[in-house]
Amino acid sequence: MRRRLAAALRPAAAIGGALAAMAIALALLGASPLAVAADLADGAFGNWIAFTDTLARATPLVFCGLAVAVAFHGALWNIGADGQLVAGALAAGALGPALGGAPHALAIAAIIGAGGLAGALWGGLAGWLRARRNVNEVISTIMLNFIAAQLLSWAVHGPLMEPSGAFPASRKIAAAARLHLYFAPTRLNLAMLFAVALAAVCELGLFRTAAGFELRALGRNRRASAFFGMPIARLTVGAMALSGMLAGFGGAVQVAAITHRLYETISPGWGYEAIAVALVARLSPLGVVPAALLFGALDSGSQAMQRADGVSAQLVYVVQALAIIVMLAFDASAGGGWRELLGGGASDAPDAAAEARDA
Amino acid sequence: MLEAFLASAIAMATPLLLAALGELIVERAGVINIGIEGAMLAGAFAGVAVAHATGGALAGVAAAIGAGVAINAVFAFVAINLAVNQVVAGTAIDLLAAGVTGVLYQRVYGATGRAFTVAPMRSIALGPLARLPLIGRALFDQPALVYLAFALVPAVAWMIGRSRFGLSLRAAGERPEAADALGLGVYRLRWIALLASGVLSGLGGAYLTLAYADTFVEGISAGRGYVALAVVIVGRWNAWGVAAAALMFGGAIALQFVLQAAATALPYQLFLALPYLLTVAVLALAGGRADAPSALGEPYVRP
Repeated sequence: MRRRLAAALRPAAAIGGALAAMAIALALLGASPLAVAADLADGAFGNWIAFTDTLARATPLVFCGLAVAVAFHGALWNIGADGQLVAGALAAGALGPALGGAPHALAIAAIIGAGGLAGALWGGLAGWLRARRNVNEVISTIMLNFIAAQLLSWAVHGPLMEPSGAFPASRKIAAAARLHLYFAPTRLNLAMLFAVALAAVCELGLFRTAAGFELRALGRNRRASAFFGMPIARLTVGAMALSGMLAGFGGAVQVAAITHRLYETISPGWGYEAIAVALVARLSPLGVVPAALLFGALDSGSQAMQRADGVSAQLVYVVQALAIIVMLAFDASAGGGWRELLGGGASDAPDAAAEARDA
Repeated sequence: MLEAFLASAIAMATPLLLAALGELIVERAGVINIGIEGAMLAGAFAGVAVAHATGGALAGVAAAIGAGVAINAVFAFVAINLAVNQVVAGTAIDLLAAGVTGVLYQRVYGATGRAFTVAPMRSIALGPLARLPLIGRALFDQPALVYLAFALVPAVAWMIGRSRFGLSLRAAGERPEAADALGLGVYRLRWIALLASGVLSGLGGAYLTLAYADTFVEGISAGRGYVALAVVIVGRWNAWGVAAAALMFGGAIALQFVLQAAATALPYQLFLALPYLLTVAVLALAGGRADAPSALGEPYVRP
């Protein structure tokens, strides 16, 4: 019981530690931490508009956080959620303008489906390279992030550019394919509900299905999983494709609900921030939702902070980095369910082997 | 044309080579450091900021080394002493460096993002050699950091392959338990490797701002640290191989300038993506981890 409580408190302590470090950094920069905190909170929760802005910023973080959590459970270090999100957005932005004649529900399904598919291809490619060509997925996913960014840049300057040619942006997607702001004038929309539903599906899939078990076993001990006859290559490609699909959904939803067109800067680095989200959530898909809200609030608040206090919004990168480090450090020192995955320590080979045998 | 391409290839290979030689030392000790991108970025910023403030390129280079070492010390503490997952810790280091350099850049040079420039490091022409046709400019008329980078190749090769220290380092990367049992001190060896890599990553970053761009923009490292990780793999964890791979990637990056000037029909984004496309393609063809240190990336906890 006490161990459980301690485990539950760890993410809170990680965030607290990261924020405390940020306060010290602010003081060093000559800004008042308290004033900044007030502006930050005001920008994130100060009014209904600010709060829905926080929700809107949290939504892509949920999708990317789920992508990272699923892949990490298989010890597949997918640093490429950003590129997979961009691939999804690109597909959505390319298809969107053509959906004019379609019924609303169908158009929504098509645009989100296209985004998921593109993300799955982008992630699956890294999975295939790992499974078949033995290419370290860390490097391939990072490279694919850069390639996706250039692909997007080319698309909005070239084939997908809006007709007037004045801005590097694509044409607007058809009205039928837009996830409406059903609660105008706020930016609250159905995308968040979709994200939460996906989190529940991922939770069930990871912890209640045979495939989820196999993926987790793969993460704990790749060699033992191969020994017990699991289809390692198929699991690797499948998990990376699934991970990419989740991030791709995020890109498509961002286009369908918020931007309605493509810009070069469609992602401010959500795929990287998502690593902090997934770790603070302790790789639990359901935990990704509150963790994403927290980081969404930081993002939203940091914009207000930049305006009011002249402190760069990039300070949130520092908070993200410290949150990751503190979470890693906690789990290394305290042990726990995924110590073997993210921390050091003795190999759990016998356990994973026994688990796999019993299955 | 060809002469300019060769000079540019060497110039683009240099920061990759500096960073990759450091990463090579670290990986032979059994650690994979994704945070190398952050160390380069920190070095690039510290180098130009101090050179701008003091007017001295040498002071900038020293500051860049200090920044690279400081960033790697944070990573070393987290990855070695806390023994956490190295990939995830490295990603955090990259975010940390991006955040710290971004905040300081805006703080020191105003939210306007006004560029601050420094006088570039001068090229040092090596007498008549610099006047050789075709290769003279590329090989014998470059800033000091270029000569240093290439001079380090045999030095690192000797250190890893022939020296007593290199043998200990390799033991830490192949069989850390055995190395510790022999009293070699795995933690100490990995710390030394990471600090040395911090020096080299800082130098690589300094090269970007002090010798190449003469200014700093946010995210100037542009994934070069990640490409350096690929350089180590393609170079088969061997200093000579790393040098060859760095030259190949440097050539690919330099190619974009030539092609951009020559073939205007192709989108410029294709050239910008070329180094990353090449990395994926080469790794897919080269594949395999047979030559990788056995304990690479595995956190080691002293029993």
